[in-house]
Amino acid sequence: MAGADPIKLKASNKQAGRKPGGTAAIFVFLLIIGIFMLLPIYLTVIMSIKPVEELFIFPPKLYAMRPTLSNFSDMFDALKSSRVPFSRYVFNSVAVTVSVTFMQCIFASMAAFVLAKCRFPGGKIINSIIVVSLLYQSNVIYIMQYMLMSKMGIIDTPLALILPSAASPLGLFLMRQSISQVPDAMIEAAKVDGAGLFRICWQIVMPNQKPALMTLIIFAFQASWNMQSGTLVFQEQYKTLPTVAAQTAASGLARAGVAMSAAVFMLVPPIIVFMLAQRHVIETMAHSGIKD
Amino acid sequence: MARIAVEDIGKRTKKEKRIMIWRSVKKNKTCYAMLAPFMIFFILFTVIPVVMSLPVSFTDFNMAQTPKFVGLSNYTSLFLSDKIFMRSIRVTIIFALFTGPVSYVMCFLLAWLINELHPKLKTIFTLIFYIPSIANIYTVWQLIFSGDMNGYVNSFLINLGLINAPIQWLTDAKYILGVCIVVQLWISLGAGFLALRAGFQNIDRSMYEVGAIEGISTRWQELIYIVIPSMGPQLMFAAVMQIVSSFTAGTAAQNLVGFPSTDYKAHTLMTHAYDYGWVRYEMGYASAICMILFVLMFLCSKLINRVLSKYID
Repeated sequence: MAGADPIKLKASNKQAGRKPGGTAAIFVFLLIIGIFMLLPIYLTVIMSIKPVEELFIFPPKLYAMRPTLSNFSDMFDALKSSRVPFSRYVFNSVAVTVSVTFMQCIFASMAAFVLAKCRFPGGKIINSIIVVSLLYQSNVIYIMQYMLMSKMGIIDTPLALILPSAASPLGLFLMRQSISQVPDAMIEAAKVDGAGLFRICWQIVMPNQKPALMTLIIFAFQASWNMQSGTLVFQEQYKTLPTVAAQTAASGLARAGVAMSAAVFMLVPPIIVFMLAQRHVIETMAHSGIKD
Repeated sequence: MARIAVEDIGKRTKKEKRIMIWRSVKKNKTCYAMLAPFMIFFILFTVIPVVMSLPVSFTDFNMAQTPKFVGLSNYTSLFLSDKIFMRSIRVTIIFALFTGPVSYVMCFLLAWLINELHPKLKTIFTLIFYIPSIANIYTVWQLIFSGDMNGYVNSFLINLGLINAPIQWLTDAKYILGVCIVVQLWISLGAGFLALRAGFQNIDRSMYEVGAIEGISTRWQELIYIVIPSMGPQLMFAAVMQIVSSFTAGTAAQNLVGFPSTDYKAHTLMTHAYDYGWVRYEMGYASAICMILFVLMFLCSKLINRVLSKYID
């Protein structure tokens, strides 16, 4: 560009054509859709704090007249009455979720880097197998998985909850798509400087992949946190929270309040992880060092 | 001196090829080492079960006895004598046509609009739109669309004076599919949406600055000339996710309108497979249904891949 135009330079500090009016309109539009999206969630929360006699009055109210926490205490009482202390379920859930999330992120990132950026015999085939495996949904798979795991002797142990989720094709696909945007020149430069593939992956590529990695953490956490464990482990001491919550809530509309409070209770940890991870995603934008 | 035929020049013998491949395998052994942890678990818990389940569709398998080979008879009876199957294909395609494209566009538009806001608001709005897909709450939808006057929708419409008697949203054949599509759309801003949000976050800021200097003056131009071309991989990921979720929809409908639904109005292929797999224990038949679903999704993803790669590259 010849001759730095001061107005254009000023514009370059911001993004193109931003008028405050437009941003406000976008905000209002999103707010309206957001209210619709949140309404059922809001009703769930409200119902979890409504006393039983308020659940079925006409016209249905959008708020609780006499909010109560009795649904929650009912749920916890039901949970406490089992042979195993409640803290044990929490520990099981946390242990399973953390180890699954950790393994998924490490394994998927390394494999995705290799599949996206290296040429080697077999790479292309593996790439297409992974997409196809995402599309093949069949309930027979679970039976085969079960048979396999019972041959390996890990049914009814915590391993049955962790190992099948350790490699997620969805996570790999997500990471591969994101890493494929890293310019080859950056990797070549690192190679010239004498870095091995392992170091390139963890010290050069991954620090730039925070948005995708954080998204993967959200997926992995939420999927393993909500995983039903009832068919894989039978001993009470290995069961996780979702199974136990489903057991307490499984009595239809009559105990709708308890079911709602279980749903709300299960939703809190994924939301916390989501907020922490998304903050990271958004902070990374300003200083990403990728340039072609 | 051995004579070399003209057409053999530049070709290598099989043995030479094998040696070449072996050499490049050896050269790339770090690649394989880094791939190994993932591949071990992937092969063990995904590839082997999938490969084992493929032949099941040619058998009669009730989980108690050993599978009996029956050839193509599962497929012929699906297409020739199973009327509910034909109906479920129709429901699945209607479902996919409505929810797939609409939710894909919703994912992209909302992710883009959120990106225009202040960072703090970004997190909040992303959360608001994402929560429905992780909250397994069908009970609340049953109460919202409940068929008596206590249902939120019914009481709202009665108060407005639009209707006199409550509508049976969940059992009237006229409304079932519509209600299920609404709920499916509500939970559809999941993996694809988050991946697109991450994709927007990944675009280098300097791209926008260059764009502004080069004369891009509106958000729309920025979207078309800068954002979409650099988001190809995420757009593809979101497309595959939406294909999977819209074709395999059924759980939400099952929880909402019951199983089976009135007149099989919300009976998707996945519901049909569930019926034969987990209710009647006819695994061979169920996996034949899943195979057809797989073929449908595979064709659809090939088509979308072709369309997207035309626009992105």
